[in-house]
Amino acid sequence: MRHIISLLMENESGALSRVSGLFSARGYNIESLSVAPTQDQSLSRMTIVTSGSDEVIEQIIKQLNKLIDVVKVLDLHDGDHIERELVLVKLKANGRHRDEVQQLSNNFGGRIIDSSENILTIEFTGTSTELDNYLKSFNDSLIIEIVRTGASGIGRGDRILKI
Amino acid sequence: MKAETITGAEIVIRSLQKENVKFVFGYPGGAVLNIYDAIFKQNSFKHVLVRHEQAAVHAADAYSRATGDVGVALVTSGPGATNAVTGIATAHMDSIPMVIISGQVPTHAIGQDAFQECDTVGITRPCVKHNFLVKNIKNIASTIKKAFYLAATGRPGPVLVDIPKDITAETAEFIYPENITLRSYNPIKQGHSGQINKALELLINAEKPMVYSGGGVVLGDASEALTEFVQLLGFPITNTLMGLGGFPASHENFLGMLGMHGTYEANMAMQECDVLLAVGARFDDRVIGNPDHFLAKPKKIIHIDIDPASISKRVKIDIPIVGDVNLVLKELISTFKEQKNKNLKVSGSGWLKTINQWKSKDCMKFEDDGTEIKPQKVIQKLHEVTNGEAFITSDVGQHQMWAAQYYPFNKPRRWINSGGLGTMGVGLPYAMGCQLAFPDSQVACVTGEASIQMCIQELSTCKQFNLPVKIINLNNRYMGMVRQWQEFFYGNRYAESYMDALPDFVKLAESYGHVGMKIEKSSDIESALKEAFSPKLKERLVFLDFITDQTENVFPMVPNGKGLSEMILADGAEDL
Repeated sequence: MRHIISLLMENESGALSRVSGLFSARGYNIESLSVAPTQDQSLSRMTIVTSGSDEVIEQIIKQLNKLIDVVKVLDLHDGDHIERELVLVKLKANGRHRDEVQQLSNNFGGRIIDSSENILTIEFTGTSTELDNYLKSFNDSLIIEIVRTGASGIGRGDRILKI
Repeated sequence: MKAETITGAEIVIRSLQKENVKFVFGYPGGAVLNIYDAIFKQNSFKHVLVRHEQAAVHAADAYSRATGDVGVALVTSGPGATNAVTGIATAHMDSIPMVIISGQVPTHAIGQDAFQECDTVGITRPCVKHNFLVKNIKNIASTIKKAFYLAATGRPGPVLVDIPKDITAETAEFIYPENITLRSYNPIKQGHSGQINKALELLINAEKPMVYSGGGVVLGDASEALTEFVQLLGFPITNTLMGLGGFPASHENFLGMLGMHGTYEANMAMQECDVLLAVGARFDDRVIGNPDHFLAKPKKIIHIDIDPASISKRVKIDIPIVGDVNLVLKELISTFKEQKNKNLKVSGSGWLKTINQWKSKDCMKFEDDGTEIKPQKVIQKLHEVTNGEAFITSDVGQHQMWAAQYYPFNKPRRWINSGGLGTMGVGLPYAMGCQLAFPDSQVACVTGEASIQMCIQELSTCKQFNLPVKIINLNNRYMGMVRQWQEFFYGNRYAESYMDALPDFVKLAESYGHVGMKIEKSSDIESALKEAFSPKLKERLVFLDFITDQTENVFPMVPNGKGLSEMILADGAEDL
């Protein structure tokens, strides 16, 4: 089962490697991991997408909590939440492709953020599944480069992760 | 009042003084020269110069195991730190509170592949409770304070502080924090009273109860509470290898050690019980064998542990109680005393009778015709000669198991061994740590001719610091446990397990300035031990080289991956 785990940790050097090291040392799956500071500069917020049985997820959360730098952990999967991921796609857009590419990107709510004679770069935000579907809409031969951020997640309504 | 301005190196020393450190085990080198210069100028703690950094960490680890205080080791950068890693990983696996201070190349040289540089924080990250790289002299004192606090609280463990050389030469005000709180670290102490009540109800109504306790009871100084609680209930109890001494071995309720080389009765009772109380133990592979087989017989499990991550890690727990084992046991005792219904179901169930039948199998019996030296007999005699009061350290292998099986411990912190990591070579440095902590006590290192050679250089340290350790070398000319597995599971193909080209241990001991003895006859075991522990040799290290029966195996044995009740017994009968 796919889970999306949010955590707050001390914004210290090496904190990220403690988390990634935990996952590799204990053989846990890690689909994506994204991290950035929060409004409180002393804290970083991390979103980890992982998968495993209920028992494995329970262990992952306990092991994360055990890390000294980790302040708080929340399994967003336990309740209503929103997740978003960003993708930047560089597409071939020369000649006859250009109109097609422009139209497709607009259809799904993508946004052209850079354009040159033969290339368009598009930004698209959505859930991971929406990103997958969005990318599928382009013929593989048109795609030059893709960069995805990994998911960020947040609880809905008053479901809040803070200290 | 303005704080005193001193160097970073002096701040390190003053911080250790504030923590009441009595011994620092270490080895100097370039990156820690400033710290060593400050050590030269102080006399509040004793520095113990080892011959290899691995031994510094092991000795500090044993000092902690024997006393309960935080052990301290000091090593230089690069190879000093990498040599320390085995010691740190050993302490980490057994949750031993330690602070390791390592030197680092100057801050401006970090990342430049400088001489004796390595990423110590990176290398040790997976085998410490936490570690720090201190980049500013202002943070030395507070970081050391944090390190001691983290090492000793919650589930204990080693904490490493890496200090670059340049900041040990700078100066700053020395301000040592009185207290420290970390918003990200709040270990639970009190057990949940609702869970405690549920656990008691289950225990009272258990028909076939069993108690299983581990290293957590020793580390948590909970032996007295455990003993009282078990006595109140009258339940049978077993200890893990790490938990030996946590419950008095001479007590009638004690079934001996459990696990891969546990007693028949302990393993059978673990397998057949209907309610299991686990205290400060972690259900590891050497202890419960195959977890599916273990759970095939339905049982309710109560687990008391300070580490939430230990709960339901290998075996699903019905009633977890997270907290300090001593506090939880005390609450269990007081709650039990207040109970109206104290009618324990076990009394009418015939369970204790069944256990006595298992006991009558006498699984620890061994053949001895009085000619060749039986290793088990050496340990039995060691127990007699030392009145069961010695600190016994061991290395890893057959001798370790025999020491655990044939030297009953009535007190905690007397049995010092590497249970989790299984580190060959710990025995001698462990004995050094114990002997320094308790100079007037008897300390014996039970080892084998393979293990002892892994840290043999420490005979020199023992000479320098006059440590009268008695080394009980069970010399069967094989890596015994490897040989045993090869005999049982690899068709008697003894690949590389024969210890060829052994030194003359008597001469070796003598060359270091110690006393050596070679014992080849079974009838000489007792007299040799008596001599070694006699007043005449009280001040001397004695290396007793016992030439033992090469074919002796450790029984009972639960083969790897098998269930606890699937033991191979000494008479060859497999009990299924």
